[in-house]
Amino acid sequence: MSAVHTATSLNQALEMLAQYPEAQLMAGGTDLLVRRRSSMSGSDILFLGRVPELQDITEQSEFLAIGAAASLRCIIADPLVKQYAPLLVQALGTIGGPAIRNMATLGGNICTASPAGDSLPPLYLLDARIELVSRTGTRSVPIASFIHGPGQTARHNHELVSRILLPKVRPLAQEQFVKIGCRQALAIAVASFAGQAELDERGHLAHIRMAWGSVGPTVMRLPALENELTGASITPKHINYIRAALRTGLAPISDGRASATYRYQVAANVTARFVEGLRETSQS
Amino acid sequence: MKLKCVLNAQAVEIDTAPDRRVVDLLREDLGLVGTKEGCGTGECGACTILVNGQPRLSCLMIAAQLEGQNVMTVEELADTEDGAAVQRAFVDNGAVQCGFCTPGMELTALALVREHTLPERTCIREGLSGNLCRCTGYSKIIDAVERATHALVKDEKP
Ligand SMILES: Cc1cc2nc3c(=O)[nH]c(=O)nc-3n(C[C@H](O)[C@H](O)[C@H](O)COP(=O)(O)OP(=O)(O)OC[C@H]3O[C@@H](n4cnc5c(N)ncnc54)[C@H](O)[C@@H]3O)c2cc1C
Ligand code: FES
Ligand code: FES
Repeated sequence: MSAVHTATSLNQALEMLAQYPEAQLMAGGTDLLVRRRSSMSGSDILFLGRVPELQDITEQSEFLAIGAAASLRCIIADPLVKQYAPLLVQALGTIGGPAIRNMATLGGNICTASPAGDSLPPLYLLDARIELVSRTGTRSVPIASFIHGPGQTARHNHELVSRILLPKVRPLAQEQFVKIGCRQALAIAVASFAGQAELDERGHLAHIRMAWGSVGPTVMRLPALENELTGASITPKHINYIRAALRTGLAPISDGRASATYRYQVAANVTARFVEGLRETSQS
Repeated sequence: MKLKCVLNAQAVEIDTAPDRRVVDLLREDLGLVGTKEGCGTGECGACTILVNGQPRLSCLMIAAQLEGQNVMTVEELADTEDGAAVQRAFVDNGAVQCGFCTPGMELTALALVREHTLPERTCIREGLSGNLCRCTGYSKIIDAVERATHALVKDEKP
C-alpha cells in the first residue's frame, strides 16, 4: 500500500511536493494508473484533483488560462475555449470515450508527452505556453520547448504545471483536426494532423499553419514549407510538393500499431485533403 | 484511510487503503459485484460507475478519489425512477445477452438520459462509445436507450 496525499489548495500541493519529493503527481489518473498497474509501482501519490486553482478556466487580458487539472469535459464545454480555441475543442473531443473525458485532464495529456497526445498538435499551432509553479516562483515556457521527447518534459521535480496559457487570437477561417486510428472510438492516433489556414481574396494562401502528431518523437512542424506555401495558390502541383516535403520532413517510426510508411501515407493524405478542401472553398 | 462518501444513496464510512482500486473496493471489499471488470485499462467501460452523476471508470480510480463524493453503482439503478426505466427498456428490447457490459451500459445510459431529453441516435451512439459489447451489435442497446428516453418524457407529461 502506498500513501495518497490529497491537496486542497495550490499552496498545500506545493508544500506536499516539497515534503514528498518521490510522490507521483496524479490529476485524472487515466495515464498514471494504467502505468502504475503495469509497473506495480509503489510510490506515494500526490492527488491534484481537489485543487480549485487548478480547475479554473479564466480570461485574462492577453490570454485564456486553462487550469492544468480541468477535465477535458469541462474544457470542451467552456464557451471561452470554444471562442478562442475551437481547434483544441475538436481535438479533445477525440480523446477516449465520455468517461475518459470526464476524468482526464489537459495537464495530464501534456505531461504524459506522448507522441500521440491529441491535445498537442493544436497547442503547438495555438502557441500555447505552459505555466509551472514551485515554492520559489512561477515561469512559463512555450509548449514546443516544454516537450522534450516521449515522456520527457522541461518540468523540474519541485514544479507542477498550473495552467495552460492560450494567446487570445481570432481563429483562422479554416481549422481542422484529423486523427486516424485503428477504430473510431478510443483509438490512439496512428497519425494526426492539425491545420489552420485562410485564403486572401484571390484565393491564395494568406496564412497556413500545420502540425502533425504520431509521425515523430514529438509534434512535427515544417516552418519552411509553411513559408513556401504562404502567398501561393493551390494547384495539384502544390499538393504534390507538400507530399514530397512531408516524405522528407516527417520522422515516423514503425511499431505495433502501424508501419512508418503507412504513418507517412496517412499523414500525407489528411494534409492533402485539408489543402484541397481549401481550394474548393476558394473556387466556390 | 477512513473513506467517507455517499454510496448508493447512503452515507458510508469505509476502512480502506487509499490506493485501493475502486473496482476492487466495490466488488471484493463491499460485495457490490454488479460492477464488472473487463479490461482493467479503461478501454471497455464494463466497470463504469457514476460519480456525482458522471460516468467514470472504476478500474482507473483509487479509493481516495471517492472521498466526499456521491457514488452510484448498478445496484442502485432499480431504486431510481429513471434508472428503473432504463433497466426495463434494456430488458424489453433484448439489449442484454451475456449481460457483462450491461451494468456499465445502463449507468452510462442513465447519465445520458439525465443530460439530454430525447437525444438523437448519433448522440446516444457517441455517449455509449466508451462501452464495448461483444454480443448485441449495439443496435438493440441504442434502441433501448431511445425507448427509455421516450418512456421518461411520457411519464413527465401524463
Ligand atoms: C482508454 C483510454 C483511452 C485514451 N485515449 C486517448 C486518446 O485518444 N488521445 C490521447 O491523447 N490520450 C488518450 N489517453 C491517455 C490519457 O487519457 C490522456 O493523456 C489524459 O489527458 C491524461 O490526463 P490525466 O489527468 O488522466 O493524467 P494523469 O494520469 O493524472 O497524469 C499523467 C501524467 O502527467 C503528470 N501530471 C498530471 N498533472 C500534472 C500537473 N498538473 N503537473 C505536473 N505533472 C502532472 C502525472 O504525474 C503523470 O505522469 C487514453 C487513456 C485511456 C485509459
Ligand atoms: S474494466 Fe474498466 S474500462 Fe474495462
Ligand atoms: S451483452 Fe454480452 S457484452 Fe454486452
